[in-house]
Amino acid sequence: MKDKRLTFKKRLHILKHHYRDKKMAPAFNALHTFLFTPDETTHSGSHVRAADDLKRTMNTVIMALLPVLVFAMFNAGYQHYAAVAAANGEPLQFSLWDTFLTWDNFYIGLIKVLPLLVVSYGVGLLVEFIFAVIKGHEVEEGYLVTGMLVPLIVPIDTPLWMLAVSVVFGVVIGKEVFGGTGMNILNPALTIRAFLFFAYPTWMSGDKVWVYEAVERAGTPDAISGETILGSLAQNSDISYSVSDMFFGFIPGSVGETSTFLILLGGLFLIFSKIASWRIMVSAVVGALVMGLIFNGVVDQGWIGEGSKFYGLMSFEFWKHLIVGGLAFGIVYMATDPVTGSQTNRGKWIYGFFIGFISVMIRVFNPAYPEGVFLAILLMNVFAPTIDHYVVRGNVNRRLKRAKNATVYPKDSESKESELQVETA
Amino acid sequence: MALLSKKDTSLILDPLTDNNPITIQVLGICSALAITAELKASIVMAISVLFVLGVGNVVISLMRNIIPSKIRIIVQLIVVAALVIIVDQVLKAFAYELSKTLSVFVGLIITNCIIMGRFEAFALGNGPWKSFLDGIGNAAGYGVILVIVGFFRELLGSGTLMGYKVLGDPIAKTGLYSIGYENNGFMLLSPMALIVVGIIIWVQRSRNRALIEEN
Repeated sequence: MKDKRLTFKKRLHILKHHYRDKKMAPAFNALHTFLFTPDETTHSGSHVRAADDLKRTMNTVIMALLPVLVFAMFNAGYQHYAAVAAANGEPLQFSLWDTFLTWDNFYIGLIKVLPLLVVSYGVGLLVEFIFAVIKGHEVEEGYLVTGMLVPLIVPIDTPLWMLAVSVVFGVVIGKEVFGGTGMNILNPALTIRAFLFFAYPTWMSGDKVWVYEAVERAGTPDAISGETILGSLAQNSDISYSVSDMFFGFIPGSVGETSTFLILLGGLFLIFSKIASWRIMVSAVVGALVMGLIFNGVVDQGWIGEGSKFYGLMSFEFWKHLIVGGLAFGIVYMATDPVTGSQTNRGKWIYGFFIGFISVMIRVFNPAYPEGVFLAILLMNVFAPTIDHYVVRGNVNRRLKRAKNATVYPKDSESKESELQVETA
Repeated sequence: MALLSKKDTSLILDPLTDNNPITIQVLGICSALAITAELKASIVMAISVLFVLGVGNVVISLMRNIIPSKIRIIVQLIVVAALVIIVDQVLKAFAYELSKTLSVFVGLIITNCIIMGRFEAFALGNGPWKSFLDGIGNAAGYGVILVIVGFFRELLGSGTLMGYKVLGDPIAKTGLYSIGYENNGFMLLSPMALIVVGIIIWVQRSRNRALIEEN
């Protein structure tokens, strides 16, 4: 039997030719090109070979996210055991090897985070496949990163069916109705989170959702709770976490947002691989610091007393805003999305600055939304095309002016100018 | 001879489907977003607009030859305002709770673009019977979308229909709620109404591709 000697790859090639022009072809091709390089070659015309195609770009971002994911699994277990110990009246002593990097912690992370990941990818890719088959185009790789981001930005106890509903909404309304990958106005992962937040607010905020099993135990004698740092500050209560806890991420929060250290490493990796824009990251950090400084200044001037409901968050040292909550994660992985962000360099500075600025502003002024980062990024996503438009127009006008000043027109300078304008526009 | 000629039938049926005031002409969106969180409010709003537009179209049509064209908008406004006040007073008298839910939106029927649009585009140039049919048809087209949006928003947002708990009790955890289902709070916010209307437009246009505009 000759067939016996065919490799799996060969069989897929044969199957592919068999299914060509059938309705299911896009779905099959997606699987095929994900696993292997296609066997087709271009026969005519000029072609460009580029290593950094969409798939490679996506995979780089996923690589940058993997450390965060693994850390998140350990942290999920650690927060659970720490909360249980605190509820029993004997606080857990933190130690990296003895109480953090343990198999028990990892096991809890595995059974809670992995299902989130599987549902996110499964449902999202199913929607993508269905749309590809209906519309008759190839399945796009756009969901690879979104599917990885989604489990990292939701609370650990999010019910799976809610996540599934939100993913369907986010992929269809956030992306497919605009024309699929590369055409979307809003970041799909943040659309999914925004939908979850507004649809099921009790599962997305408060002190009962950030730690594994806190929801199940609520109201029972052995109830555990884990308020996020921003949540505590919004209620003007003290926080017991040290700066290094916040920076390395041993704090409660959405699954993957806690470790600023690993996010920073991922961000550096993305900058050096030239996948993400350093301009957006830097300007967003600057924006957050500026807003934080303004609020600190307000407190220093004595305009806001300790009785004010804004006191807790306003008096929070400005640089600490960067290491708590989802700001770092949002800046590194969400704001830098090349599709929904600004395209021009000057635009990126403005776009990033306002993301940081508005994030901290929402945090402070709306205690109901201590996590304002996703709203700030979605808002700036909407404004990004406008920013780009004005940056481009500004450039055109500047060059027109320069051309006008540089050239001396003897007589009919006005007609020349209008001609120039027509050409440039 | 049938009661309605073929042309008259199309006056009523066209606005229900291929010339729907909300999904095709994109008029009257404001109230469609504001009051559709409950099915009952949607139905009452639909009936109110049906009354105002049906009667208003007839009145304007009867007066069409004596209205000076320079002040026709004012005359139209007076007619709508008079009818809306009647609706408002009736609601306050017989359905006070509901009129509180609808609040200003009953009054805002005056500014509903569908009504002024039909007065301008149809009643000023056609006889009373035709205008009546046109008014009924357009108001029904508006009402159908309102009821569809209201149905989904109330069912998914509050788990009720016309106030009846069709999905079980969310507090006592019966019915669907016993297996972990929860109401979708986003459905009660206006942005979701816009998205539901958008989905209806999407479905309608993908079923009838002739409706898709060139751009």
